[in-house]
Amino acid sequence: MSRPVQYNTKLKTVEPPAGVMGDGFMATSLEKVVGLARKNSIWPLPFATSCCGIEFMATAASHYDIARFGAERMSFSPRQCDLLMVMGTISKKMGPVLRQVYLQMAEPRWVLSVGACACSGGIFDTYSVLQGIDQVIPVDVYVPGCPPRPEAILDGFLKIQELIGQESLRRRTSEKYKDLLESYGIQ
Amino acid sequence: MSLTNELIQQKLIEKFGDQLTDWVQPYGMLTFTAPKELNLKILQFLYDDPECKFQFLTDLQAVHYPEKKGAELAVVYHLHNLTDNVRIRFKVFTDITEPDVYSATALYSSANFMERETYDFFGVNFLGHPNLIRILNVDEMDYFPMRKEFPLEDQSRVDKDDEMFGRG
Repeated sequence: MSRPVQYNTKLKTVEPPAGVMGDGFMATSLEKVVGLARKNSIWPLPFATSCCGIEFMATAASHYDIARFGAERMSFSPRQCDLLMVMGTISKKMGPVLRQVYLQMAEPRWVLSVGACACSGGIFDTYSVLQGIDQVIPVDVYVPGCPPRPEAILDGFLKIQELIGQESLRRRTSEKYKDLLESYGIQ
Repeated sequence: MSLTNELIQQKLIEKFGDQLTDWVQPYGMLTFTAPKELNLKILQFLYDDPECKFQFLTDLQAVHYPEKKGAELAVVYHLHNLTDNVRIRFKVFTDITEPDVYSATALYSSANFMERETYDFFGVNFLGHPNLIRILNVDEMDYFPMRKEFPLEDQSRVDKDDEMFGRG
């Protein structure tokens, strides 16, 4: 007698990308395959400076478990990372450090700004605090909250996955992207 | 306790006379004001005196009194006698347009970072300091943030995107 399964019956599997399928083969565009591979194996670099970092630890721990989305491999070397997760207040003096970390990451790279402080300076409307990390580096997804709950961080992470999955392979060499980096003073 | 506030006060008055003013003892802590030219002499006297023995500089910082014209900046020294566990403090006042005060680094090594911090936030120019540069704030900063000369919210700031805060 088979065991009745009561829980987790509504599991969704990822839809395959549009393409031509036949016996033992599937043809689709390289872009979509690369997107699938990239988005389900993101290596995050946690840049945690305050309470949002604590929420991130909860997100990475067993209960919320960011590993479910293929991101259990926290990298502490910027060279091997795909996603810079900035969590917490960034003071003006730390701005160049954050920028340096971003510059050390290899393309393609994404940035997730977690919490009110990283997004806008938050309550620290003062002379020593950077009013949002987008003053020094380009940001892909903003997660609001003070601090955001782990669910919010996961939601932001899923948004990043969405972006990565849909990104064109030509984006990083496009004029628009170069202009964006140029506006931040990155060659 | 062998070393009383009265004894310290008496010794200081014997040495420096009526140049020291505003003697008060809030919460039992002897406090007085001195002319800024005398700060090193007083520190040296309190350090060397066999009974005072104030050989530990607990804290050094500044206060800005915008309403005291000609004596806007006060530099406050907190001293501790570790033998008798007695603390005192004294202030020297200086004009904000000419904020020069002699550095205590030759006497207390701990004054080095504290004077740098005081310079960083209040712009007190410590004469004779070996390395008077900003310590906590960014080097590019061209103002002294703890002076009471800024409006609570500066509308001329460009590093704040007003539209995001309903001020656009």
